[in-house]
Amino acid sequence: MSARVRIAFLHGLLRPEEKLLLEACARRGVDVQPVHVDELVLDLGAAAPPAVFDGCDLVLDRGLSASKSAVLLACLETWGLLCVNSSHVVAVCSDKVLTNRVLAAAGIPMPRALLAFEPAAARGALEAFGYPVVLKPPHGSWGRLLAKVNDADAAEALLEHKSVLGSHQHAIVYAQEYVEKGGYDVRVFVIGDQVLCAIVRHSPHWITNTARGAKTARYEVTPELSSLCGAAARALGGGLLAMDVFVDAEGRLLLNEVNHSMEFRNSIAPTGVDIPGRMVDYLIERAAARAAARGAAAPPAVATQAAAATSAARRTTAAPSSATRGADAGHAT
Amino acid sequence: MTSQPATATSTSCPVCDAPLHVPANTLAHEVLVCADCQSELEVTSVRPLTVALAPEVEEDWGE
Repeated sequence: MSARVRIAFLHGLLRPEEKLLLEACARRGVDVQPVHVDELVLDLGAAAPPAVFDGCDLVLDRGLSASKSAVLLACLETWGLLCVNSSHVVAVCSDKVLTNRVLAAAGIPMPRALLAFEPAAARGALEAFGYPVVLKPPHGSWGRLLAKVNDADAAEALLEHKSVLGSHQHAIVYAQEYVEKGGYDVRVFVIGDQVLCAIVRHSPHWITNTARGAKTARYEVTPELSSLCGAAARALGGGLLAMDVFVDAEGRLLLNEVNHSMEFRNSIAPTGVDIPGRMVDYLIERAAARAAARGAAAPPAVATQAAAATSAARRTTAAPSSATRGADAGHAT
Repeated sequence: MTSQPATATSTSCPVCDAPLHVPANTLAHEVLVCADCQSELEVTSVRPLTVALAPEVEEDWGE
């Protein structure tokens, strides 16, 4: 390992989160090798990954496309590169069906959900399930293409549309019970298997999405919430994760979704936590652990204490985009 | 991406042609919004400074 931690920073478009992470790396003396995912070509028969990864202790995935990330990370891992998050975590968390199964198998409480493959089978299942119900594409984020279905007529139309108009993936029906959650959900930031902080997102809309006007505030992490999210992280494989949690009418915590490429720009101020700084600290720890396991010299501590985690959004004539490409745009049912 | 931030700080919006002043520490592949037409733009290069309409959000994009 090199004297300083060197991170391959996989990216596409740079959102405010990526810039905040780059700034946190700079403050901590971490070398960054930027790698634009769309500019990469892998020789799958090669004995080593592309030269751009030479000397890198760790690969941080901040690409926008979950499908590209999952494939790319899986390849890089076969060459022995340490990836955060791992290809397994990305593959599971970017698929709501797999997320549900992995977490259910670990005993994590979640909203009830069904999987079906044909409209006729799905209609029958939804009748038994009871309305309202939420249809979600197995893949996707930022609240896109979620549908709250209130009755059988709407279900029949939506299922036909998904079957006829959508790609083959939309023919797979993933349905989740509609949870009355009192107009809010909780986004929990998890590093490794430890809860870092949490925010509450209030919205009059059933999708609690900051891009739709949800208001955020700091949320006090309870032992129960910490236990739930820690267990979920361990079941998934750990890493840098953002979890969306409902509190149902009976006060039970239900884990709705887990995001593998967390967005946090709107969560730093309300929590007062240097989220990107703590993420980079985790990367340094992972790189050191990897080096120790290999018997190499661990990189020196490079903790330059971050003064302030957040840089104010620069808005002159041209302003960094904040709303349409994420913005902690977690969604809820 | 480049570790070198932009030096030139102004260009024009490729959509509406309005003047576009880019912050000095902007990086390649950063997304900006034109103040005039609200188009989302990608900084495709910082030296020289060039911008293009940002790609549409794709189905598998997100967290």
